[in-house]
Amino acid sequence: VQTLHDILIGPFAEFGFMQRALAGSVLLAISACPVGVFLMLRRMSLAGDAIAHSVLPGVAAGFLLFGLEILPMTIGGLIAGLLMALTAGAVSRATVQKEDASMAAFYLISLALGVLLVSMRGSSVDLIHVLFGTVLALDANALWLIGGVALVTLCALAVFWRALVAECLDPLFLRSVSNTGPVVHYLFLVLVVLNLVAGFQALGTLLAVGLMMLPALAARFWTNRVWTMCVLAVAIGIAASLAGLLVSFHFALPSGPAIVLACGAFYVASILFGTRGVARGRKRYARHRTA
Amino acid sequence: MKTVRPLALALTSISVISLPASAQEKLDVVASFSILGDFASQVGGDRIALTTLVGPDSDAHVYQPKPADAATMTKADIVLTNGLGFEGFLERLTRSSEAKATVIEVSKGAALIEAEEDGHGHDEHGDGEKHAEQDDGQYHGATDPHAFQSVPNARVYVKTIAEAFCTADAAGCDTYKANAAAYDAKLDQLDKDIRAAIAAIPQGRRTIITSHDAFAYFGKEYGLTLLAPVGVSTEAEASAADIAALVRQIRDKKASAIFLENVANPKLMEQVAAETGIGIGGALYSDALSGPDGPASDYISLMRYNTATIADKAGS
Repeated sequence: VQTLHDILIGPFAEFGFMQRALAGSVLLAISACPVGVFLMLRRMSLAGDAIAHSVLPGVAAGFLLFGLEILPMTIGGLIAGLLMALTAGAVSRATVQKEDASMAAFYLISLALGVLLVSMRGSSVDLIHVLFGTVLALDANALWLIGGVALVTLCALAVFWRALVAECLDPLFLRSVSNTGPVVHYLFLVLVVLNLVAGFQALGTLLAVGLMMLPALAARFWTNRVWTMCVLAVAIGIAASLAGLLVSFHFALPSGPAIVLACGAFYVASILFGTRGVARGRKRYARHRTA
Repeated sequence: MKTVRPLALALTSISVISLPASAQEKLDVVASFSILGDFASQVGGDRIALTTLVGPDSDAHVYQPKPADAATMTKADIVLTNGLGFEGFLERLTRSSEAKATVIEVSKGAALIEAEEDGHGHDEHGDGEKHAEQDDGQYHGATDPHAFQSVPNARVYVKTIAEAFCTADAAGCDTYKANAAAYDAKLDQLDKDIRAAIAAIPQGRRTIITSHDAFAYFGKEYGLTLLAPVGVSTEAEASAADIAALVRQIRDKKASAIFLENVANPKLMEQVAAETGIGIGGALYSDALSGPDGPASDYISLMRYNTATIADKAGS
């Protein structure tokens, strides 16, 4: 029992930075994983990645002007991400181009602009730190930011739950009963950007998407119900954060990749053993409640 | 950190430090990073046209060369590099620019030390593998490349540079030799001053923490023990185990102060400082000079600034 305590509880009891890393990643999982579920249900799993890359120029501009300060980098990333996501959404609603295509175009432009801005600094060491934030360096400000984003996300999900589910699963039905479709769509994009910007503090812009999408994708193998899927995704996200941090502690591995790889392990296990995975997925061929 | 990174530096990654052109043909010298640039201009004076690739406050470990750098390399007579894998970008750049310049590794002849595997403690060295790895300077991690952080090594660098200039430009040899000798005298004085300053720190407080192992040579030369959470290169990402080990070491009262660097992310060190209640001693200059208005605009002021910062914090 003593050794188990040392392995599981010891690191967090002894070190404040481990507590903050856990608190940050758990808050992030609670907030980002349900958003990931909705991204997946809308068939926008890769859009998260695109949006994550598109925050780079904003973060870079904030960094260029104010140095490694949380607030300017966050606000910059938020503006760039929102601008990109909303423009891409608007183009897809106003023209023949589908959202995946317009998003691909805008994120590539945005990413190139970001790399250009970071390089203007003359040093690229900082690009590495923008791309790979470190969960071990979370301070009180970063935790407040992640906590605030989690609160906003959960409130928004609670208020717009029915509209979001309808917009994902049956947009035509939503259009026939109400005209909130576009509003809900844009609001959802705002939530995605918010969560990615909170995530890059902890995991960097490249890996923040991992904690958002992988638990959601894993949860899909266990259930058809959206509500259950969200709860399961959050549980997987929290378990992976804990496992990743402990592995990082005991085996001296970098923390960010360890957390995302733990999410990946849950995903692979879900493919193999999930009730809708390779083992039993074929039985329920006829049911088609979710996308 | 903001004070050592003024915005004005944003575009100065290539700084051309040359006096107005005179009638004579100047020696085109490329220095890989700012500290070598300073040595070269001390030795060459106005007989050389100097270009420094990695400018002030930038990290040579992860520098991305620009097309202008390749153009500079192509017309250079001499390229000065630290070697030992310090400038990861340089070998590729030399090849791609098809430079015909003589490439001088100025760390040749300096007293080198092995890189730490994990950066915790500097007490034991296995001498067995030392000789096998010493020749293999290309691989970062075999030998610690930051040799310029000890003044005796800097004097070797200056001597190597003067010899290289003499070979390339025999007419100016006397000037180079004289400049090098004058600069060497200053370095000698600097060395004595640093030893005196460190000697004034009480024995029990001569352990400090920096964010990467750039100061191993400084520590070894002047009798300081240095701890760092990340290995020799700034490219590595710290693991939870590294940070935990560092926090434990500080808690055991082993370290007296924690210092940041001008080229690294300060956030992690600030967290360790908050965790342990140890003070942040300020920023040290490791692999790059500061801008012209900063406190470490040349090598001698860099070493004096670092020494004063350490002595001030650890000595009190």
